[in-house]
Amino acid sequence: MAAIELRNLGHSYRPNPAGPQDYALRPFSMTWEDGAAYALLGPSGCGKTTLLNIISGLLTPGEGQVLFDGRDVTHLSPEQRNIAQVFQFPVIYDTMSVYDNLAFPLRNRGVAAADVDRRVRRVADLLELTPDLARRAQKLTPDAKQKISMGRGLVRSDVAAILFDEPLTVIDPHMKWRLRRKLREVHSEFRLSLIYVTHDQVEALTFADRVAVMHEGQVVQLGTPQELFEAPQHTFVGYFIGSPGMNLLPCEPGEGCVHVDGIAIPLRTGAADTAAAGGGALELGIRPEFLELAAAGRPGTVPVTVTGVENLGTHKIVTARLGTRSLKVKVAEDQPVPTEAALRFPPDRARLYRDGRLAV
Amino acid sequence: MTLRSHADDAVALPPRARARAASRLRVSRRTVVLVLYILFLLLPIYWMVNMSLKTNVEILSGLTLFPRDPTLQNYITIFTDPSWYSGYINSIKYVVLNTVISLTVALPAAYAFSRYRFLGDKHMFFWLLTNKMAPPAVFLLPFFQLYSTFGLFDTPLAVALAHCLFNVPLAVWILEGFMSGVPREIDETAYMDGYSFPRFFATIFVPLIRAGIGVTAFFCFMFSWVELLLARTLTAVEAKPIAATMTRTVSAAGMDWGLLAAAGVLTIIPGALVIWFVRNYIAKGFALGRV
Amino acid sequence: MDKPWNNRAWFLVIPVFVLVAFSAIIPLMTVVNYSVQDIFGPGQAFWVGTEWFEKVLHDERLHDALVRQILFSLAVLAIEIPLGILVALSMPADKGWRTSLVLVLLALPLLIPWNVVGTIWQIFGRADIGLGGAAIRALGIDYNYTGNPRDAWLTVLVMDVWHWTSLVALLCYAGLRAIPPAYYQAAKIDGASRWAVFRHIELPKMRGVLIIAVLLRFMDSFMIYTEPFVLTGGGPGNATTFLSQYLTRMAVGQFDLGVAAAFSLIYFLIVLLFSYVFYTFITTVGTGDRS
Repeated sequence: MAAIELRNLGHSYRPNPAGPQDYALRPFSMTWEDGAAYALLGPSGCGKTTLLNIISGLLTPGEGQVLFDGRDVTHLSPEQRNIAQVFQFPVIYDTMSVYDNLAFPLRNRGVAAADVDRRVRRVADLLELTPDLARRAQKLTPDAKQKISMGRGLVRSDVAAILFDEPLTVIDPHMKWRLRRKLREVHSEFRLSLIYVTHDQVEALTFADRVAVMHEGQVVQLGTPQELFEAPQHTFVGYFIGSPGMNLLPCEPGEGCVHVDGIAIPLRTGAADTAAAGGGALELGIRPEFLELAAAGRPGTVPVTVTGVENLGTHKIVTARLGTRSLKVKVAEDQPVPTEAALRFPPDRARLYRDGRLAV
Repeated sequence: MTLRSHADDAVALPPRARARAASRLRVSRRTVVLVLYILFLLLPIYWMVNMSLKTNVEILSGLTLFPRDPTLQNYITIFTDPSWYSGYINSIKYVVLNTVISLTVALPAAYAFSRYRFLGDKHMFFWLLTNKMAPPAVFLLPFFQLYSTFGLFDTPLAVALAHCLFNVPLAVWILEGFMSGVPREIDETAYMDGYSFPRFFATIFVPLIRAGIGVTAFFCFMFSWVELLLARTLTAVEAKPIAATMTRTVSAAGMDWGLLAAAGVLTIIPGALVIWFVRNYIAKGFALGRV
Repeated sequence: MDKPWNNRAWFLVIPVFVLVAFSAIIPLMTVVNYSVQDIFGPGQAFWVGTEWFEKVLHDERLHDALVRQILFSLAVLAIEIPLGILVALSMPADKGWRTSLVLVLLALPLLIPWNVVGTIWQIFGRADIGLGGAAIRALGIDYNYTGNPRDAWLTVLVMDVWHWTSLVALLCYAGLRAIPPAYYQAAKIDGASRWAVFRHIELPKMRGVLIIAVLLRFMDSFMIYTEPFVLTGGGPGNATTFLSQYLTRMAVGQFDLGVAAAFSLIYFLIVLLFSYVFYTFITTVGTGDRS
């Protein structure tokens, strides 16, 4: 296992990147700790696969360095880095048996036959592939094939990290859940460094110890699932994580409050001043879970008009209009929802963003 | 970590320069293979082009890599002598005729094979393909008699029909592959919208498989253009193909090499033009594995 | 297979059936007819039963032609399949103009009329006026394809390689392009050597197109006629007389209709049988090692 450090790493598919828009991955620095399970979360085209391929060595970055345990591996090939990678579609060697598939990476590295056998059987056992060992890999189901792909990473004792590139895309939903759990088990047993790329927030949040959220070629936040939920560092994180995502309202700073469409919303003392200090566009962000819906006229609230209610069984999603803005509020299933209502913004839950970045 | 016995033994690091040099070497080795092969393909063709621009005196007086005294006389002979250039016209006539016939009958049949099961469908398909395996020499004599009986002998139609023997099965095969790639829901939607079969087929389905029709036409053209045995046997004077005309260059005065080469060069040109137009479809057509 | 059962689909197949029946069944019946009768002229035919067949089966020269044919087809496969794979592996993978150019150049020999292919090599191989022949002479080898049986045989073989390796290469190229990049990346990560990548990824993925390539090359080389006819006329002696030459000589040259017809039928059956054996052999070899 190894700690992975990225130093001023950037990459562009154009020869001479002029501005940030030319970068698939904008220059940044970051450290991935040894033995932890990370998820790399973001929508399609945000640069997560580029980043993954740079870490694995399939792609050489245009700028900066990749270090494994302090050793510069920027220009080393994947096999020299001792990286394993699992791809979106299961990659198996059609003509080989399951056993030979699993043994392949070891045999290529000249590991002794007895060792090969021991490790292959152990990994097969762990992945519940033992009954299929003698079968031709081509005949198996997609999820079994994907397990073989994972197994080829796991048999290697010396891997620095195992990288997963949306590995559950082609798997049936109920098998997805089982495979993900299997992966958690493997992780807790071997304490491997895992990096898991996905665009599915549920997958990322349930799998990883820490999640890196990517947006337009940059990592906008690295944190535990809880941190991402409670304190999004970037409006993108707020909006991308959570269902529905964070409410974001453009606002103007005021005296101990901010104005949204001229309506004052009280905040913590000093918050608005601090946020306004740097200039730039301000946004008020608050998660639907933290908004409190009350009867109209209560002190400390602002009046809203309810325009829609969606009952999801365990809770309700209320759509309310504040001035010209629309907000989502999550309320308990049994709570009455009047048409003319009021909303309270708990001051310690409301966040202010300046130009997309968390200010207060 | 139970599996961690060989922790550090795989950290042998060849210098990065060596890895790069190796990859450069590999690229160049591939290029060398390709260049050598293309050279092997082009040299004989070049030699014929070279020879077509020479006079017979120069050809017979020794090897020259370039025509010392370039002449277009051989080409002028071909373009001014009707017995020469009519050969080209005849060839193109039956090739086009064959392509049109093959596509016309193969389109509905391929549709049937790709969409329905019917009595004897598999046997029919297999039987069609066996015709592609029939040695043309086997059919030489019967064709001669058959087309003579029908009064088709020495017409482009006779050659076009004879070439259908291998081109129709081929067209059905390739088209069936392309048609199977079109989802059947499209047919069903059209029928539900009140389209009749002929109208649906002509206005919706055929445009959908344009690429397939292009690839099929290319292969029909190709196989009809390159065939000589049947084309020569079924024609005498009126519909004689260029390939057969070329055998005339042997005369009492010996071989007219320059003229032969010029006629050969001219037969390559239609093929080269056709490939250039379909170059982006070639790989796709071959990718279906149905040639 | 969830295609609906519909016998009316036959109406779509009827045009093909009629056309191919006209070009295949009637001539084939004629051949069968000849093969069991002795024909002196119109209305003067005598039933001879299996006499012609027995004569064919005991014909020494035919046996020689068959052996020569099988050797030739095997040599063709042994050279063209590996060479085609090698060329396909060397071809550029991107979509640029270089790839288009390579595709067009490779496809060029396929679109040259077969007799012109013969002509090209007839010119190229001659020691007096051809670059190839002269080059071999310059190396000190007494090369002469018109006089020396071995040289003639090798020249026909090289010509066939020149003519048809591109087909194998294009098929393999299409097969290679269909391999997702993840396979190469996974192999890199698994530390696979270049050979292992070829053996365990590229070769298995090319299996489908290779089966087609082997079948096509076998069938077509087994029916080769035009190119050696132009190049060597079957000689010197009978060195390059393959089955089609022999058959044509019998039917058209000597007008031995009965024997030629019986031979035709046997020939056709041999091609079908070999193709079938090849096909079942290749398709079971790939899947036979499952447990």
